[in-house]
Amino acid sequence: MHVPDGFLDAPTSLATGAVAVAGVGIALRGARRELDDRTAPMAGLVATFVFAGQMINFPVGPGTSGHLLGGALAAVLVGPWTAVLCLSVVLLVQALFMADGGITALGTNITLLALVGVGVGWVVFVGLRALLPKRMTSIAPAAAIAALVSVPVAAVAFTGLFALGGQAPVALDTVLTAMLAWHSAIGIGEAVITGLVVGSVVAVRPDLVYGARPALDVRTLEIRTGGVA
Amino acid sequence: MSDRSRNRGFLLAFLVVSLLVAGVASYYASSHPDGLEYVAEQTGFLDTAEDSATAEGALADYQVEGVGDSRLSGGLAGVIGAVLVLLLAGGLARLLRRRGAPDEQRV
Repeated sequence: MHVPDGFLDAPTSLATGAVAVAGVGIALRGARRELDDRTAPMAGLVATFVFAGQMINFPVGPGTSGHLLGGALAAVLVGPWTAVLCLSVVLLVQALFMADGGITALGTNITLLALVGVGVGWVVFVGLRALLPKRMTSIAPAAAIAALVSVPVAAVAFTGLFALGGQAPVALDTVLTAMLAWHSAIGIGEAVITGLVVGSVVAVRPDLVYGARPALDVRTLEIRTGGVA
Repeated sequence: MSDRSRNRGFLLAFLVVSLLVAGVASYYASSHPDGLEYVAEQTGFLDTAEDSATAEGALADYQVEGVGDSRLSGGLAGVIGAVLVLLLAGGLARLLRRRGAPDEQRV
């Protein structure tokens, strides 16, 4: 879902540019609380994985494909503020070097994929984590559902921006319906990939999964209790 | 195995998987337009897209300029892009990290 140059008019692109600058600025402060000597290398690798994952377009219907956005995935693995930075770096490299996503649309893409994608992914994940049993086995399914929700919400956010600054006279309800339908399908792929990757990391290195820390604390306490008994 | 080498082993495996996805698996990705592009085409606003200012760049469209074989060209572009992201995001995280965290001994 990389917006090219030209889809949105200049005022809308300037506005999303300002939102992106503000969001990344706040994330630069927030990420300081999430990153330490142990988790910093993980942030670089998660960004690298998201870049790689975004290259894999999977078919979602006749003539259409989708790819990982990675917002929920990154948020669960390294924390939401660091995830915003990871996604922003991915989008910057894609725009500057790969001509994937426009240059004037970089603010739009950071707003949609980094701010909305990560934000929705993290909020849904945290909500589900609170509802589900406080166990390690809850982490991957919660991440998968968060991923599932994040894609259509980002698609709706694009439609909102298109309503403000779209450059073609197209009926908005048609755009909204089509965006929602296709991106709900893409969200299923997003959920599968996110669930598999988060599940794999939780299985081998639960201590490196930011979103699993509360569950990890519970597990550590259980082990200690068992030791005393 | 010490915690340090256990950490290194995991991070290295994660990196290798990412590079294989970018460098090898990407060749087998679907070439159909993605959801947004498809919707733009169907509903009639795809024509408003403009070429990016970087459309003539050496790595544009995930192909290395001048490399004829599309599998090699795409794979190389993926690996170069992935390494760029690793350096930028990894470097940024390193700059921002808290030093001497409480569980530093686990590094």
